[in-house]
Amino acid sequence: MELRDDYLRALRCMILSRTLEEKLGSLYRAGGRIVGGVYLGRGQEAFSAAAGVNLRWGKDVYGPLIRDQAGRIAYGEPILDTMRTYLGAVTGPMRGRDGNIHRGQPQKGYMAMISHLGSLLSVVAGALFARRLQGRLGDCVGATSIGDGGTSTGAFHEGLNMAAVEKLPLVVSVANNQFAYSTPTSRQYACENLVDRAVGYGVKGFGVDGTDLLACMQVFRTAFDNARAGQGPQMVVGRLLRLGGHGEHDDASYVPEVKKNEHEGRDCLFVAQQQALDLGWATADEIEGWHKEARREVDKAQAQASKEPTPDPYRENWHALSTPELVEGMNE
Amino acid sequence: MSITYLEAIREAQFEALRENPNVFLYGQDISTFGGAFKATKNLSREFPGRVFDAPISEDAMIGMAVGAAIEGARPIVEMQFADFSSVGFNQIVNQAATLFWRTNTACPITIRLPSGGTPGSGPFHSQSMESIYAHYPGLVILAPATVEDAYWMLLESVKLDDPVIFCEHKFLYYHLKADGFGEAMPIGKARIARPGRDATIVTYSAMLHESLRAAEELRIDGYEVEVVDLRSVKPMDTDTILASVARTGRLLAVGESFPWGGVTAEVIARVSSEAFHLLDAPPMRLNSKDTPIPYHPNLWKSHRPTTANISAALRQLLRY
Repeated sequence: MELRDDYLRALRCMILSRTLEEKLGSLYRAGGRIVGGVYLGRGQEAFSAAAGVNLRWGKDVYGPLIRDQAGRIAYGEPILDTMRTYLGAVTGPMRGRDGNIHRGQPQKGYMAMISHLGSLLSVVAGALFARRLQGRLGDCVGATSIGDGGTSTGAFHEGLNMAAVEKLPLVVSVANNQFAYSTPTSRQYACENLVDRAVGYGVKGFGVDGTDLLACMQVFRTAFDNARAGQGPQMVVGRLLRLGGHGEHDDASYVPEVKKNEHEGRDCLFVAQQQALDLGWATADEIEGWHKEARREVDKAQAQASKEPTPDPYRENWHALSTPELVEGMNE
Repeated sequence: MSITYLEAIREAQFEALRENPNVFLYGQDISTFGGAFKATKNLSREFPGRVFDAPISEDAMIGMAVGAAIEGARPIVEMQFADFSSVGFNQIVNQAATLFWRTNTACPITIRLPSGGTPGSGPFHSQSMESIYAHYPGLVILAPATVEDAYWMLLESVKLDDPVIFCEHKFLYYHLKADGFGEAMPIGKARIARPGRDATIVTYSAMLHESLRAAEELRIDGYEVEVVDLRSVKPMDTDTILASVARTGRLLAVGESFPWGGVTAEVIARVSSEAFHLLDAPPMRLNSKDTPIPYHPNLWKSHRPTTANISAALRQLLRY
């Protein structure tokens, strides 16, 4: 497919993601409807969407992380499911049993993250491993994400090493957004650049400006092509800045002002829109139209999810096992 | 034909691999080497491409199995020693155990834990982890005490759509023998290993055999001690336990794991709260001592419950 088509698709996912997340942020601040936290991907949309547009819903395996709303949209998750999960609607994929970013549909290859960072990598790898064993891997690929903080976990190391040993078609996105919650990278790792670690795992590594959609598109396209061609796991490190707190409860006052004015601090959405104009791939009117359409879509999703039922503890079966005869009856 | 407990585990895996092409084995040194205890001996030759050596990465091993299970595979993961499953703990209790409840996706994985003490194995090759895992919702915890159960319960584990922690006891691997696999008994049901009328011992795994010997010792004094083999730690067959206590009025729970909380405490709690009126004496429990597991056999033999101190506990219980 033309890079232009993919680019514009990624840009529209970024716009929809930003619009949706702004709505989630205001719902959180308004109080009342959203239970629990809100975790946004502001500043990471380009990096996330550029990976997501390479994935096929129902075909490829995707294990996104906290700041991957744009990638989730690009993969094919309806934004209604985001709304449902944040609002705790039983109609959503998590049925009020889990919330916010902890959502997915594993039966479709869309893995639902747990909060323990790094632990999803081996799960995505396992799904690919099983498909290969069953002889139905074909041109399927897997993708998962991590941040600079998550690369410090043992689970990340074990998972990537194992995936490399098995030479699985996996693309690992590392969003180096400078802060793990409040901890700067100087307290997270001592190597010069996280991409240097790729060679240690025996995987191909790429570094990219995470604020530049076009650059991200090009790098991810190569990485996904390599993975599909049997070259084993690929690791893409994007340099960017988280343009907000860890969650909406966090004002990120620990991020120095000077950081925000550095190159990584530019807003990838503005950069991408200007890029589209400069390349002659979109007009200002078209971009404005996409924003309007995104607002309509988000409002529609909010209206729909708001009128859907929240879970009823009396209808909950409280079974943690899928085998009913093995469920203990202690609480009944 | 005489079969050991260890051979039963190998045979069950052979049968599981033969029955279902979605079954595969994953673990350290389990392929051509056949595993640290040879529980997978020759299986890589008999089932090429189905038995895989894993890196020393217990976390990634379990995570990988969960991902594979989501895709319809039925992995059997061998932890080289139950003790090392602590490194994969997060994936077991947070990834595998929550998957079905969170996402309505079955997680048919079997994690084999070579468990329990053997002389000279020390603090990190002797642990019993069943109490730890039983604490978490979403897991089935099995602890076979016989050759028959080792075979049938492992086969049944692989067929279950839920994650199973299969605690096989290393002390029984070579010593315990049977003439065949006998009949299968369902998972989740306890078994009366020895009928009696004066007191009930509730136990499981290797402690069954110590308990049976203690019951035999007390027969000389004229006591008939009933011994219940839990087989399945979770779910726990409370009905069978209560029925036995109703017959005997006295309860001793015996387990090899550490004393704080755990399976024996759970047995006592259930009986005390649900059948206090049936008890003629305060219920007792016996576990290992509250220290790491010692290396030297002199210490090790005194660390875990033995026939001698189970007998002593029974006498105390019967004197009350």
